[in-house]
Amino acid sequence: MAGVQVSDVSRSFGAHKALDNVSIDFADGGFYALLGPSGSGKTTLLRQIAGFDFPDSGRITIGGESVERVPVEKRRIGMVFQNYALFPNMSVADNVAFGLSVRGEAKAVIATEVQRALDLVQLGKLGGRRPHQLSGGQRQRVALARAIVTKPRVLLLDEPLGALDKALRVDMQIELKRIQREIGITTIFVTHDQEEALTMSDRIGILRDGRLVQEGPPEEIYDRPKSEFAATFLGDANIFRGDSTGDGIRLADGTAIAAGVGAKLAAGAKASCAVRPERIRIARDAGTPDGNANMLKGQVSKRIFAGSNSTYFVERAGQTLKVIVQNTGMERLAEGQDVVLRWSPESTVLIAAN
Amino acid sequence: MAAATASRSGLRSALPLLAPAYLWLTVAIFLPLSAMVFFSFMTELPLSGKPWTFTLGNYATFFSQSLYLTLLLASLRLGLEVTLWCVVIGYPAAYVLAKVLKGRSREAIFLLVILPFWSNGLVRIFSWAMVLREGGILDTALNAVLPFKINIDLMYSYPAVIIGLVHSYVPYMVLTCYLTLQAIDDSLIEAGRSLGASRLQVLKRVIIPLSMPGLVAGAALIFVPVVGSFMEPRILGGRTGTFYGTVIEDQFVAVFNWPLGAALSFILLAVVLVILAVASPVLRRAA
Repeated sequence: MAGVQVSDVSRSFGAHKALDNVSIDFADGGFYALLGPSGSGKTTLLRQIAGFDFPDSGRITIGGESVERVPVEKRRIGMVFQNYALFPNMSVADNVAFGLSVRGEAKAVIATEVQRALDLVQLGKLGGRRPHQLSGGQRQRVALARAIVTKPRVLLLDEPLGALDKALRVDMQIELKRIQREIGITTIFVTHDQEEALTMSDRIGILRDGRLVQEGPPEEIYDRPKSEFAATFLGDANIFRGDSTGDGIRLADGTAIAAGVGAKLAAGAKASCAVRPERIRIARDAGTPDGNANMLKGQVSKRIFAGSNSTYFVERAGQTLKVIVQNTGMERLAEGQDVVLRWSPESTVLIAAN
Repeated sequence: MAAATASRSGLRSALPLLAPAYLWLTVAIFLPLSAMVFFSFMTELPLSGKPWTFTLGNYATFFSQSLYLTLLLASLRLGLEVTLWCVVIGYPAAYVLAKVLKGRSREAIFLLVILPFWSNGLVRIFSWAMVLREGGILDTALNAVLPFKINIDLMYSYPAVIIGLVHSYVPYMVLTCYLTLQAIDDSLIEAGRSLGASRLQVLKRVIIPLSMPGLVAGAALIFVPVVGSFMEPRILGGRTGTFYGTVIEDQFVAVFNWPLGAALSFILLAVVLVILAVASPVLRRAA
């Protein structure tokens, strides 16, 4: 097991900068998600760590050993591919045995290890099957067993759950996390699914246009995004733009919004505030005034009922704000209703304009 | 019951589509071939006007004279060697076409591979004759480059026959292997390497087994016609180019002993079918 350090790694394909000076420290034993839209460079970064492609500049170390020019077969990594990439000409057991067998392990050792790996992914009885006889979830497990049976230093997962349906995906998320904990392997996981990143990982790195936008534990990125992009890509956010007042912003119409967390900015600079939809309270009228809370008036333009919660779209000064309310049996607001929105400064993140 | 009805009505509607091909096959191949079977059991060709009877003598000739067996073995060896060279030359080319080249350059190289198909067989063979003969293009070119005098007179030799045949048949191997190689997902190769396998191990354990159907199809497409080939051996082999195929050709063209020629042809067909039947389970297991 080993940590992975990526330092100042850049990679261009022609004129396109796929990775631009990316540095991330993947701690030993951690579960790390690389999150970003398509074309953000997350898969390119994974391929540099795997060794399928070499960086133009920068350093990559695995367990302290410099590997940026080491070919993939010498890096002792395990990888799970998006389409699983199981060898169709081999049985499940032979697929899992492949890594041990090319290494020249004894037959008895291989048989024991393969069985242990298949048991770990709960496919102990299916060793004799061919990949095409398995369901998507089972193939996923075989691919995982094959990747970890060689006891790699790092486990790399390239959108491994992308091809599964929703229910199965949630099961596999839990399963993957359990297996990762059990063997304690450093895991780097590429995904474009923010929910997956939030629920599974210890730390998340958000990439955009080949750059690392923000990096940290899921709660930290969610509660304190450092850019509008991070705020809107990881979860939903209402963004207000205006001029910094030092501890908040002033909107174009003069309304002040107080921000309790986020960047420290000089007064007068262009700045934004991000507020999560579930942090905003919505009411028919102002009710009892609340000293320091932010308050805006608007009109409900749409309500979307989603079972456990409802999303209200509220029009206010040409901007549509999103408010998510738990269905606690309280009164539902009709479309067209004038409303008052309130939220605390602690729920408001001050962000420097980009 | 319902399924059977459906498939029967499916066959009926498919009949107009199948009929032309099967009609053509019947007229163009089955009828002449049955005539040949008939001839092979005759003492004389009925067209010659001489009296004829049925006989097994033409088949007996094959077994009574060791020459025919010797020539058949030589032709089988020729088929094996040409097939092997086609694999050695064609497979790497197919691999590069399928896995390395992309876009325009792939199209260009592909065209070069297909080109022998579009040129006339005789033109192809006589071009080789010009290249290979003493003082020919190959000799001249080598002597222009090399400081010492060299004289590789390949014309009218076994290697010349091999060269001509490999040239004619290698496109089959490239095409069949290209099709199977191209269907192999690149991520399988990457998966193999991520598990610690060298490129050679990936080739041996993943790529070759997965492209085996293409290799087998290519080998069958090449081996069968090469064993019966006569044009290349005759023109490029000269006196050394006497093979089973040329002897059959002689029976039809020179000696006018059609019954013997037909009998020899059917013995060859039987031998080839036996070889393919014996080889197919082995090859299927490998694939």
